[in-house]
Amino acid sequence: MQWLADLGRQGRELIESLGRSGQFLAGFLLGVPNARVGFPLLVKQLYFVGVLSLAIIVVSGLFIGMVLGLQGYTILSDYGSESAIGQMIALTLVRELGPVVTALLFAGRAGSALTAEIGLMKATEQLSSLEMMGVDPLRRVVAPRFWAGFLAMPVLAAIFSVVGIWGGMLVGVEWLGVFEGSFWGNMQSSVSFTSDVLNGVIKSVVFGFVCAWIAVYQGYDCVPTSAGISSATTKTVVFSSLAVLGLDFVLTAVMFGDF
Amino acid sequence: MSDTTDSFSEPYIELTDVVFSRDDRRIFDGVSLKIPRGRITAIMGPSGTGKTTLLRLIGGQLKPDSGSIILAGESVPDLKRKSLYQLREKMGMLFQSGALFTDLSVFENVAFPIRVHTRLPEDMIRDIVLMKLEAVGLRGARDLMPAQLSGGMTRRVALARSIALDPELIMYDEPFAGQDPIAMGVLVKLIRDLNHSMGMTSVLVSHDVPESLSICHHACIVSDGRIIGEGTPDELRNHPSAKVQQFLKGHPDGPVPFHYPAANAGNDWGIDGGGG
Ligand SMILES: Nc1ncnc2c1ncn2[C@@H]1O[C@H](COP(=O)(O)OP(=O)(O)OP(=O)(O)O)[C@@H](O)[C@H]1O
Ligand SMILES: [Mg+2]
Repeated sequence: MQWLADLGRQGRELIESLGRSGQFLAGFLLGVPNARVGFPLLVKQLYFVGVLSLAIIVVSGLFIGMVLGLQGYTILSDYGSESAIGQMIALTLVRELGPVVTALLFAGRAGSALTAEIGLMKATEQLSSLEMMGVDPLRRVVAPRFWAGFLAMPVLAAIFSVVGIWGGMLVGVEWLGVFEGSFWGNMQSSVSFTSDVLNGVIKSVVFGFVCAWIAVYQGYDCVPTSAGISSATTKTVVFSSLAVLGLDFVLTAVMFGDF
Repeated sequence: MSDTTDSFSEPYIELTDVVFSRDDRRIFDGVSLKIPRGRITAIMGPSGTGKTTLLRLIGGQLKPDSGSIILAGESVPDLKRKSLYQLREKMGMLFQSGALFTDLSVFENVAFPIRVHTRLPEDMIRDIVLMKLEAVGLRGARDLMPAQLSGGMTRRVALARSIALDPELIMYDEPFAGQDPIAMGVLVKLIRDLNHSMGMTSVLVSHDVPESLSICHHACIVSDGRIIGEGTPDELRNHPSAKVQQFLKGHPDGPVPFHYPAANAGNDWGIDGGGG
């Protein structure tokens, strides 16, 4: 019967931590931001979270686009319809790979860094000393990092998709010789702004919210020791990735599953 | 330094029957304490008895299980988040670890509370910061990063930061630890001057019995979750309790336990019937 007790305890802990993270989220979302103080902090974090993630996003987008171009060409040319390759690449990227892969990379590159940074500030009592100075660490430290992650994600996902399409074009048109007019023409006529682009943006907004939330919460809630920080960092990457993949399925079913 | 007792009539902080536990371990078991306004109160006691915890209770970072903590007429545990943060603007706390912001230089660390809580022009901030750094002897270290400081220097920068806004109440957690004799003398004088010139209410947690007793007006010794002795330095030196005398003189044997509560020593070393 031990396992039953263990299961019950784990379930209770899970619910408890969900509750705590919700409370935590409300704690800094509901406060009225002070633009004079908040804006410079946000800009600084946007640089760390967004701009410094650009390299990995651009390189990954390029390679994934090029691979899509190669794979798409071999599959589609069997049916003599390699001119549809532009449409295939664009839809795959805008609907799925753009938001999802960006979120996974973001969790590994920026989310883990946010968790480790906040966790270390907790372990070295920097958060405590902010509190004692009459400065709320939720607003000073956590909120700008959360908003930076939330805002950076859709932009990064858009950049990922654009670079990916360009990479696909390089392989499909420049290398394998698909007619450029049909590459772009097919894409234009089949990608719809509302159902494809907008849904992709909604996905990346949701992923941005979830990944940024998980990252700052894990940092703020970690056990303030080196082992605690390392386990919090791991949790950020694992939970973010699972949440992104799970939510992606749900969102896809709601958006595109008109059965 | 010992003034007459009647000048302690107005307490700035008043703790009444404070009980506090941490994971089933009772840290405080009914502590009552009055900290007089505008005076230096020393809190001494063996390592691990909860001196830092006491400061955190006063600062509202921890909540007592029962009992009341009144600071400047307000009940700290019952304050709403916003009022608590406002109250803290009037407090300074020197953390035992220093707790400097590692991404800011020494200068910016000391300037931080001024920038957050006031809108002073930059040249005025500069003057205040340099003055505070001068007071702890580190004006020349203003451009260093916290990682480049030694332990004692870190603590002195943290001290400069905690007095940057000339708070009403300042709590020093072990300001003398890791200081050489000269720095120690300077700090003793600084703490005394701050209290004298600004009338800051000061709470000083320290193990350094002679230094603490030399500057405080009022002292108390915490052990085993209680206050075992309290009074002016002279009253403490002549205190009848054996525990107090043992602590002040630093004898290893006596009624105050040096060891963290442990099981019978014989069990740990595997000796049958061994006595602890
Ligand atoms: N975060 C914590 N979780 C659980 N127990 C703790 C925690 N922090 C401190 N304690 C316990 O509380 C007790 C009091 O700790 P505290 O830090 O207040 O001691 P202290 O009197 O400041 O000691 P020192 O003079 O060595 O700094 C200790 O026995 C310690 O084991
Ligand atoms: Mg301590």
